[in-house]
Amino acid sequence: MAAKRVGIVGVGMTRQSSARRDVYGIELINEAVRAALDDAQMTRKDIDAIVIGNMDHFEGINYVDTWSVDGSGALGKPIMKMTTGGTTGTTVAMGAYYHVASGMFDRVLAIGWEKNSESDTTGAIITAFDPFWDRPTFGGAVAGLALEATQYMAETGATEEDAAYVAVRDRKNALNNPYAHLRMELNIEAIMSTPYLAWPVKLGDMCPRTDGACAVVFASESIANDFPSPPAWVRGLADRHLWAYTSDPYVNQRVKGGTWFPAMERATAELYEKVGITDPLEQFDVAELYLPYSFAGLRYMEALGFCERAGAPALVRSGATDMGGKCPVNPSGGVLSSNAIGATGLLRVAEAALQVQGRAGDRQVPGAALALATGFGGCYWSDELVIGKEKPEKVRG
Amino acid sequence: MEPVAIVGVGMTEIRRERAADTCADLVFEACTKALADAGMAIDDIDVVLTGSNDFFDGRTISSMAVMDACGSYDKNVSTVEGDGTFGAAHAVMRVLAGWGTCLYCVHHKGSESVMPLITNAMFDPLYERFLGIEAITSSALQARAYMDRYGVTEEQCAHVSVKNHGNAFGNPVAQMPLELTIEGVMASPYIAEPIKLLDCAPVGDGASAVVLATRERAKAVAGKPVWVKGIGYNCDAFHLGDRDLSKVDALQAAARKAYSMAGISDPRAQVDLVELSEVFSYMELMWLEGLGLCEMGQAGKFTALGNTAHDGVLPVNASGGCISANPVLVAGLNRIIECALQIRGGAGGHQVEGVWTAVAQGLNGPCGQSQCVWVLGGEA
Repeated sequence: MAAKRVGIVGVGMTRQSSARRDVYGIELINEAVRAALDDAQMTRKDIDAIVIGNMDHFEGINYVDTWSVDGSGALGKPIMKMTTGGTTGTTVAMGAYYHVASGMFDRVLAIGWEKNSESDTTGAIITAFDPFWDRPTFGGAVAGLALEATQYMAETGATEEDAAYVAVRDRKNALNNPYAHLRMELNIEAIMSTPYLAWPVKLGDMCPRTDGACAVVFASESIANDFPSPPAWVRGLADRHLWAYTSDPYVNQRVKGGTWFPAMERATAELYEKVGITDPLEQFDVAELYLPYSFAGLRYMEALGFCERAGAPALVRSGATDMGGKCPVNPSGGVLSSNAIGATGLLRVAEAALQVQGRAGDRQVPGAALALATGFGGCYWSDELVIGKEKPEKVRG
Repeated sequence: MEPVAIVGVGMTEIRRERAADTCADLVFEACTKALADAGMAIDDIDVVLTGSNDFFDGRTISSMAVMDACGSYDKNVSTVEGDGTFGAAHAVMRVLAGWGTCLYCVHHKGSESVMPLITNAMFDPLYERFLGIEAITSSALQARAYMDRYGVTEEQCAHVSVKNHGNAFGNPVAQMPLELTIEGVMASPYIAEPIKLLDCAPVGDGASAVVLATRERAKAVAGKPVWVKGIGYNCDAFHLGDRDLSKVDALQAAARKAYSMAGISDPRAQVDLVELSEVFSYMELMWLEGLGLCEMGQAGKFTALGNTAHDGVLPVNASGGCISANPVLVAGLNRIIECALQIRGGAGGHQVEGVWTAVAQGLNGPCGQSQCVWVLGGEA
């Protein structure tokens, strides 16, 4: 069987901030849904099915799919919930893609959202780790990332200042994004002077906790073809959720002689082979990457094949990933500027779609035609999609 | 829809408490059984989907705990939260979209959950939760609305319990085979009127898995494939006050979709067997009507006359159903698996003769708010 080709015909995102006290969860969802439907020139009636995702323990709502009907518009429609932690947003995007690619539905609404202001985010994340082996060691999201950063610095000789460059870049880009949460022009010294959360990760290196939602309309080929403005096409996708224990990357590298992040390397190899990418830095016009903290903006560039191992500090400092560079990374400001966790991965896909449609406003990369979008989460898991201006010949799997 | 086959099924034994097994142990057992049933190795699987719920598991990113056990290493993988009928529906989408084979597994450890608290969290945090409403009490409201509307009696509901607990004697994975009488059910204490103890499904520990394949890949499988003929799912309003709880709009819409895909125009004539999610005995009656297999309000009489018995004109829950074994999220997938086993002729002690077309049903949310219907058949 062959996948049906799938286009993105509508994108909606909410204003993001640390606390959207003006709305509750269902209203936040509805804000994104209405924006996406308006953008797609559709009404609720046109939608055939809905995929929604967030992280249950953040808002403390069980069965978000059935709870959120008044916001999502799912009354009398098929809806399912997909959740994989940090990767939730990309999981939802991929899920909606498969709804359409299967031929079962023509217009599918993907929704990702989070209201972190109503959550004890770190308290909830701690429970992700195995209660016996990992939980006593890894407190929340920061500890595991600090371990990764320490290991990366030891492996490559990268410095805290190299990582700070990434934080400066993304936060500066956010000045061009009216939806972003943190919009601030900082310099490396400012990042370096923020307090340590867990050495070498500082406050300025970390993503914020954000309230926000994103909705994207995926449509079958015939509908996308007939759409008044050119759609963005899903050209390929791949993911790996390799591990179950937070200590697995350390064991893989130090004990087994492997690498830290094989999930991203393996997903990337599959994706690039499917899509025909041999030189990502040259071929991608823009990348929206789920970088949960600044050091990820170094290691992930290597895992995604943008440079050789240990080559990321030089790559990013060359300006190649800045606006105006060879392949700007995170024109939206990325995750370091806004992290409404369940929405975050979907926002990467939405931003990639806007870029290849030439609709990204002040954050537009001129002439962007091929974009990479990623999701990070779980236990060093990676979801990856290629979004393009041109319709693909075919999409495999 | 292009043909998709169920080529392997695996169910763990469902028990009240499987204290020696983690969720990962249960998933590994179910996946191993499904692969063995398909005559496949994990290398033959192209994509893996899991099903879990962070509340029930008490873990954020609950899928993480089973990522190794489900065999997803170095494969594309995803997770659908909620009942197994929904997750399996997404697995079918993956196969239709170009993957040759998909392994889908779902687990539940009720023994590590506090059901009243966790199902209370389905309700609105500001207006509803403080009432203490949860799965049982909300279902009691629905049972009362349904029974009052149609004059369905508690005795008619009790027939479901007696039948299904009796059927479970033929099913080795079932948790509660019981020899009951109508009087015995009627004498059991009220949990939330009109629901009595023996009207309720237990909550158990278990996992199940299925292997789905394209027609091409199904050819390589030794056993008899069972074909997915139609799938429909649909969602009703959230607030109980926004619904007429005696109605089954979402189920009817889901069934219409599934039947139309499967080419079923007269379900009463064309469906040979039903496996549905009767978490409470009244639900079997409501869902039978919603599935178009009885007139509205008539399923109580239909059931009391023995029509849905193992040897009746329309066997319903020949496996013993949810009321005999209810590993919550797994329940819907087990309905699909039981239909597949019946069509294959592999249901053992609870085999019904001559099953060619079977219907499975599962649900998410309070009072069957979101409903999923599958039609399975013996040929593509």
